[in-house]
Amino acid sequence: MSRNLLLFAGVGLLFVLTGVFQSWNLALSILLMGLLSSIMALGVNIQWGYAGLFNTGIMGFTALGGLAVVLVSARPVPEGWAAGGSGIVAGLVIGAVSIAVAVQVWKRMPKGMGRNLLVPAILIAGFMVYRWVFDPAVTAVEANNPASAGNIGGLGLPSLLAWPVGGLLAAAAAWAIGKTALGLRSDYLAIATLGVAEIIVAVLKNEDWLARGVKNIIELPRPWPVPYETDLQKSAEFIDWATRWGFDPQGASMIVVKLLYVLLFGLVLLAVIWFSERALHSPWGRMMRAIRDNEVAASAMGKNVTKRHLQIFIIGSAVVGIAGAMMTSMEGQLVPGTYNPLRFTFLIWVMVIVGGSGNNWGSVLGGLLIGWLWLIVESLGPALMGQLTSMMAEGTLKAHLIDAAPHMRLLTLGVILLVVLRFSPRGLMPEK
Amino acid sequence: MDFLNALVVFLNFVFVPGLAYGAQLALGALGVTLIYGILRFSNFAHGDTMAFGTMVTIYATWGLQAAGITFGILPTALLGLPVGIAVTALLVLATDWLVYKFYRKKKAVPTILVMVSLGVMFVMNGIVRLFIGVEEQNFADGERFFISAGDFKAMTGLTEGLAIKTTQGVTVVTALIVVAWLFWFLQKTRTGKSMRAFSDNEDLALLSGINPDRVVQVTWIIAAALATIAGVLYGLDKSFKPFTYFQLLLPIFAAAIVGGLGNPIGAIAGGFVIAFSEVTVTYAWKKVLTYVLPESIMPDSLVQLMTTDYKFAVSFSILILVLLFMPTGLFKGKSV
Amino acid sequence: MAEPFLIGEAMTGGYGAADILHGCTIAVEKGEIAVIVGPNGAGKSTAMKAVFGMLNLRQGHVKLAGEDITGLSPQDRVAKGMGFVPQTHNIFTSMTVEENLEMGAFIRRDDFSDTMAQVYDLFPILKQKRLQPAGELSGGQRQQVAVGRALMTQPKVLMLDEPTAGVSPIVMDELFDRIIEVARTGISILMVEQNARQALEIADKGYVLVQGANRFTDTGAALLADPEVRRSFLGG
Repeated sequence: MSRNLLLFAGVGLLFVLTGVFQSWNLALSILLMGLLSSIMALGVNIQWGYAGLFNTGIMGFTALGGLAVVLVSARPVPEGWAAGGSGIVAGLVIGAVSIAVAVQVWKRMPKGMGRNLLVPAILIAGFMVYRWVFDPAVTAVEANNPASAGNIGGLGLPSLLAWPVGGLLAAAAAWAIGKTALGLRSDYLAIATLGVAEIIVAVLKNEDWLARGVKNIIELPRPWPVPYETDLQKSAEFIDWATRWGFDPQGASMIVVKLLYVLLFGLVLLAVIWFSERALHSPWGRMMRAIRDNEVAASAMGKNVTKRHLQIFIIGSAVVGIAGAMMTSMEGQLVPGTYNPLRFTFLIWVMVIVGGSGNNWGSVLGGLLIGWLWLIVESLGPALMGQLTSMMAEGTLKAHLIDAAPHMRLLTLGVILLVVLRFSPRGLMPEK
Repeated sequence: MDFLNALVVFLNFVFVPGLAYGAQLALGALGVTLIYGILRFSNFAHGDTMAFGTMVTIYATWGLQAAGITFGILPTALLGLPVGIAVTALLVLATDWLVYKFYRKKKAVPTILVMVSLGVMFVMNGIVRLFIGVEEQNFADGERFFISAGDFKAMTGLTEGLAIKTTQGVTVVTALIVVAWLFWFLQKTRTGKSMRAFSDNEDLALLSGINPDRVVQVTWIIAAALATIAGVLYGLDKSFKPFTYFQLLLPIFAAAIVGGLGNPIGAIAGGFVIAFSEVTVTYAWKKVLTYVLPESIMPDSLVQLMTTDYKFAVSFSILILVLLFMPTGLFKGKSV
Repeated sequence: MAEPFLIGEAMTGGYGAADILHGCTIAVEKGEIAVIVGPNGAGKSTAMKAVFGMLNLRQGHVKLAGEDITGLSPQDRVAKGMGFVPQTHNIFTSMTVEENLEMGAFIRRDDFSDTMAQVYDLFPILKQKRLQPAGELSGGQRQQVAVGRALMTQPKVLMLDEPTAGVSPIVMDELFDRIIEVARTGISILMVEQNARQALEIADKGYVLVQGANRFTDTGAALLADPEVRRSFLGG
């Protein structure tokens, strides 16, 4: 235990040093990303550490969480909704129903030519009706004030509400993927989730009616109780408080906002850990680990391995979805172009592995440590490269190296992942 | 005449591009499937191996161009290809020695190897970005078309033109040569047969005195060559951008799985299945239909099933269908 | 008496921490057939694998033609003239019969076409099916491919791990006939068999193992005649 405390103290020291030598604002920004990443890492650890499921689509679940924030808390666009909202919903329902009908027909009809013809026929007909209903509705919605809206808008509800909704969206997607890819070779889940993530992000980028695509949604409301910096700076009470303690009101407002976020995210993180730990030490958790350690034996004992895997895959993905929603509501905007698998999928994996797969606290440690490294290198990398190349003659090579410094991150992370997997596969905090 | 025009539009916008893309995917999937068959894991670093090989080839091409050497009407990159293959082969051999060998000796489970390949992917991705950056690079030179649309129209008197880009022709011819060589190698040579034996039954191969290290090395060299060739052909045909190569991983894996992982013939078939599905589903068929349908029932829309932004969804859907209904692929691959 | 051609002497060892073999001795003379029989879990296959070097011996040693080969890997033993046919997964299913034989001869750099012709003489059916994938053959034919593959190195000793497991009685008799033929060419045969009675009938030497140790050792005929062996191991 003392070793683990020491590790956390070490990471804490990194943040303190960042605060002292760089700025507290930067330290807190990094901490916030670290906390969010920790929650995502916990979600992944539930899947990987408890059940050995390899999910490479974390980015997609994060993005779904972001979408939830838009749908729940963005400003409503009544004109857009009136123009085609019902058509879009009807279209989507028709699409879903035709798939469901096709699945049922496939399950119930006897094998043979009839089934082989009927099922594709249902799907094709369903697709055509779907397009017939869906397309005009989309055109109508997107025609509505495209410069500032052009989408169906959100519900205008509080941002906090979007967090569980993000979890639900991610869970629904996980259910669909898990239903098809679980129970096959472990690599197939990895490939399927990789694909789903790309598709989710493609949908966000291209379906303008949904969240304005690459035109982005901005000015999403903040979660309760976080105030806006400008409001704080206008509040006489706050200025009074800041000056009394000798702070500059502008800087203090930024710090206070970030601290409130830290508090909020910290609470969620603790809740997730509490549930995970409870689950891990319950009979259910023991069964999960039994399945992970010996699938054959567990299924021989009558455990439905695929069903358990589906459960855990959904739960883990939901946690990632919640974190994704938290991130978007903190940033106040949904920018589909920023979802990048290296940052949102593979970075999280490095966190889980480095922290210690199977250990929840390890995931948190990994999230904070790797999150710190990732962001600090972004701000320090060019300067460091400048130092390294200061002896070199001015020229294109030097300029190229300094330009390329941000890419060192990938290289470094890859090397860290390989080194940890090779020499310390159980991570910094091994599973007990 | 209308029918011929429709056919030409189809050939020009669907068949020829699909054929070239299919050949590129097939070469990529062959690499994935070989690694899977011999080393028994899904190599997530394959897309970035392609990017690395292409990058080296681009540098070699630039060097050749700077020295005033070109390849006539063909792209100079073809001359740079051997350099790209050699450097990439060295890189993957070094990677195997430094990274994969340890896990092979330990008989690690496939998931761990997949994860290790993720680490390798990171590193390769970093190297590529460090050297050539993230921007798009266009390195095709030589004659742009074998047949241009204008020439074709003049030749045939049709309203529609059929253009065959040099890069498309080069892709198909190169792929044919490479595949023919690969099958000759696997079927007829002692080393090729020993690779198949190793893939089929590792223990018995060891018992027969087949040297596993040599099999693994040869596999990596061939995989590096296939990756580089596939990457260069793709880059010539479209353009080179590191992130695109990472994204190619999905259609390539889909191709390999659709064909049956571990089965080379399956990989080729899978490549074309994926490519043609992608092109067919994302092509706007209106232009073809204008020639064959009477005006009265002509649809107003573009008759495009999906926009090109969703081309990944196509490979993904096929992948899911195959996983659901025939998990070992069209041609029987290794176990599920 | 001179030392046998191949002998695993007083072998003790196992796969992990626990020993399976306890001072077990197995030997075979030149051109003779030695058969290992015994109840399930007696360590029959383990004893054979120990002779072939597939597990580490803690005690005892293996000698081939007087040379101590205890430290050699299975691959090196193949080079020394030992052939091994595993019980399962003993052919390359996706490769043709002929390719299977070629792979058997992988370590040979000389021309092995006469050996292949000999194998085809021994198993004429294989010559007929030589271009078919071995995985498409029947169970008995597969076993012939497996034996043929092992013969391609021109071994001095051929070791067979339950060659008749899962084949019909007729095919079993035919396989035993072939094995006798192989032995007549001067190749020693060491074989683990589940079908103890039939195997002892063709055996020059029989070993009855129980719990990793020798219980009875005699000629095949003598063992078959021994009432205690009959009662305990041959079902009366």
